[in-house]
Amino acid sequence: MSSGRLRLARVLLGSQVATMIEYRAEIALWALSGVLPFIMLGLWSQVEGSTGAAGGVDGGAGIGLDRLQLARYFLSAFVVRQFTIAWVVFAFEEDSLQGRLSPYLLQPLPPLWRYVAAHLAEQATRAPFVAAIAALFFLLQPWALWLPTPQRAGAALLATILAFTMNFLLQSCIACLCFWSERASALERLLSIPLLFLSGLVAPLETFPPGVRAAAQWTPFPWMIHFPAQLLAGGSVSLAQGFAAMAAWIAVLLPLCLGLWRLGVRRYSAMGA
Amino acid sequence: MPIIHAEGLSKTYRVADKQPGLAGTLRHFLRRRYRDVAAVREVSFAIEPGEIVGFLGPNGAGKTTTMKMLSGLIHPSAGRLEVAGFLPQRRQPDFLRSITLVMGQKQQLIWDLPPLDSLRVNAAVYGIDDTEARRRIDELADMLELGEELTRPVRKLSLGQRMKAELLAALLHRPAVLFLDEPSLGLDVNAQARVRSFLADYNRRYGATVLLTSHYLADITALCPRVLLIHQGGLFHDGSLRELSDRLVPCRQVRLELREPLPAAAFASYGELESCDGRDVRLLIRRDRLTGSVARLLAELEVNDLEVSDPPIEELIGRLFHQGAVP
Repeated sequence: MSSGRLRLARVLLGSQVATMIEYRAEIALWALSGVLPFIMLGLWSQVEGSTGAAGGVDGGAGIGLDRLQLARYFLSAFVVRQFTIAWVVFAFEEDSLQGRLSPYLLQPLPPLWRYVAAHLAEQATRAPFVAAIAALFFLLQPWALWLPTPQRAGAALLATILAFTMNFLLQSCIACLCFWSERASALERLLSIPLLFLSGLVAPLETFPPGVRAAAQWTPFPWMIHFPAQLLAGGSVSLAQGFAAMAAWIAVLLPLCLGLWRLGVRRYSAMGA
Repeated sequence: MPIIHAEGLSKTYRVADKQPGLAGTLRHFLRRRYRDVAAVREVSFAIEPGEIVGFLGPNGAGKTTTMKMLSGLIHPSAGRLEVAGFLPQRRQPDFLRSITLVMGQKQQLIWDLPPLDSLRVNAAVYGIDDTEARRRIDELADMLELGEELTRPVRKLSLGQRMKAELLAALLHRPAVLFLDEPSLGLDVNAQARVRSFLADYNRRYGATVLLTSHYLADITALCPRVLLIHQGGLFHDGSLRELSDRLVPCRQVRLELREPLPAAAFASYGELESCDGRDVRLLIRRDRLTGSVARLLAELEVNDLEVSDPPIEELIGRLFHQGAVP
């Protein structure tokens, strides 16, 4: 990467971090609002307790995971979710409706990079709140504390980055529909349902019936949460299958996103800005 | 060689046609109808490097559409267009580095941060190194009389301060062509004057070409030796304001101060009565009859003072826009 591009990345990220820090209270609330995995942990622990061996740390296999595995899985799912959230469709829709897209299109920088920088900056601002929530979790449930091996941590980090890339690209494809429809975010809300159920946020994929689980693995959703979360939690996953699926989805979504962007900008230019 | 060259430039939009009410909504949902709206029709002009050209027209005349075509934001439906040696709609990086578009109602500054942060981003986007960026910011800030405002969040700035900061951001990469769409919109008289003098100064210093639209004719009269008047999508006038004035109303304004008030009917034979307020009277008299009419006024009426001038251009253009038809 040339020094000019490095400087651009640094300055763009710096300005976006400064903007996000202005909204730190809102970002803290967003982080707090992502505690669904902890609620699900409470529910699944009850189920596990009633079907397994009275809810002991290592008791019960009624749902395929013991209490310790469940705790580590849902904490990991929480952390992975926090760093893979994409909101580009909402930001793009607002910029498009407010007319901010026009000045962006007149600068020699593809506008999507601004959204990438904004997401990375938002994640950096969110990180301390996520760490605080995780610390509180371990304070309340010290028996669940663990340190992943460096290999597992590295693989989980890579998987989380790829999961964010997938989610960002998927949302960017929907965002590009703003060139045709003023309310493309409605479609994103529709996608949130399969994301919720098939990604592993509500339940680990191990608890799914085999047929549903096999079908879910043909969608992008399990790779966005379940795979990186299981890697971090020390669960049993196939590295090769997981990374291959992520690479395949990125290979599909990236050209699709770029194609939609080009078509959309052409339409924007033809129909008026 | 012109830096901006438009030939037969046209833009037609396809817009959905919807009748009001529930029935109209249902019909619109089931069988949508469209109609073509010609926003710009076969406009041709050429602008030489360094010129400041005013772009006039009522709301909806096609000014902003033309500006957007010139800056490459939208594609023309027909015609040829070249700006700074580029086809604007291709939006090549070198083209984007040579132009800027400022829209008075839109902003590019980051709302929650001081303008300096946006300026740093712009410097990086346009590949201007830190030292040069600092020098340019100091120079432009000095010209715009901006100081500590650059370190205050944009949301805390007044409209005038914000507009000046927007101009600074838009000009940091020192573009050769400036498209300015209502840059003084909503500003008070002092801020308008400051923006005007800055633009004149910038044009003198860097030889930049400026195409300026403004609803404030003071901006146009102070800055633009040449104006393009667009009306109902077509180019109505390309020349000086004086020529436009002659073309719109081939009259001169005659102001009289009479010794004694007279009824309005007393002026019918001299010209078109504009106003009659006691002893102060304003008449519009055709130029070819001006000498004879003035001589008669002085001979036939008791006149304390008489002044001949051009009617204000605002009134002439306003009348044209109001009438919705061109002479």
